[in-house]
Amino acid sequence: MITVLHEQSETVCASARADGDELWIGAQDLAAATGWSMKPEGLCRGDACLPVPRERAEDYIKGDMLNATAFWRRLQHPIAHDAAGELWVLGTSATDRASALASLEAPDFALPDLAGATRTLAEQRGKKVLLATWASW
Amino acid sequence: MWQSLHASLQERNFTVVTVAMDEPEAARPWIELAKPTYPCLIDRNHHVAELYNMVNVPQATWIDELGRIVRPPENAGSSDAFRQMDRTRMQMSPEQIAERNRTKQIYLAAVRDWVLKGTASEFAYDAGGSRARLRLPDAAVARAHAHFRLAQTLLSRGKREEAAMNFAEASRLHPDSWTIWRQAAAKDATGLAAGPEFWARVDSLGDRPYHRPIDMKGLGTDG
Repeated sequence: MITVLHEQSETVCASARADGDELWIGAQDLAAATGWSMKPEGLCRGDACLPVPRERAEDYIKGDMLNATAFWRRLQHPIAHDAAGELWVLGTSATDRASALASLEAPDFALPDLAGATRTLAEQRGKKVLLATWASW
Repeated sequence: MWQSLHASLQERNFTVVTVAMDEPEAARPWIELAKPTYPCLIDRNHHVAELYNMVNVPQATWIDELGRIVRPPENAGSSDAFRQMDRTRMQMSPEQIAERNRTKQIYLAAVRDWVLKGTASEFAYDAGGSRARLRLPDAAVARAHAHFRLAQTLLSRGKREEAAMNFAEASRLHPDSWTIWRQAAAKDATGLAAGPEFWARVDSLGDRPYHRPIDMKGLGTDG
């Protein structure tokens, strides 16, 4: 069974098939794992749509299956996978990270505390926040 | 480090939020000891480091009431004084300790100034000032984080060798990140990644800083 790692989520995709450096996923599973879904305009998330190149459509779509890695490369997002082809990181591009930072809107996140409760940065809205990192090492 | 700051300013519409770039069980004893009253979050995958392009600890960013960055991520009051410590005894001289404390106090005073004065604080930047000081990731950094994420997941599944390969690839792609390197590095009995490999990597910096100096009166580029 293939697991897709994207942003903070980890999603088991029953439909996914690995083929070397290519990862094919059913459209519904890809949407569940990444938020990118197939529409008439192409692969879309929010306002952003990536059209499917007409002349090479079969490299991107075969029936219900989408070549997630082909889309990811076109979006210039990083990809990493394990040797067994069971774990796939569909990452986020430096361009996207940089433009989020340059907007100066502090990127939100959800992380657990020691008790296991999920906390977000957004829940502190209305306060000044010193967001600081540390580590035991 | 942050509890007294948080306690003294929490009535002023301020909170500290800390994020441990760490394994939960490694972070736990430190958090239990500090008994913090602010949110202490655990970020095993270093997601916050990726979002904010952070490369070491402690780094911090200041976020105002509207969720806007008014000081971009930077070294949060640490100095490079430790590099001159007695490495066999892991001890710093009184002068080195004094320098470390001075740096920390200047940084904490700046946070206090911002919390009390808001945009009128000389330490909070306007949008142009913040953007000018942002350090933005490149494609190699983004790839490094993908390999780090893969490595942490492999590690949690017991695949240590393959994890190590991906940690190494992440460090190769993003050599400026101490966070990635130290998370993956061998730890001593106290949990510190401060063995010969660490010191060799620190020494290879030469004149370059471990904690990048920051633009703050009395510190770094001004000091």
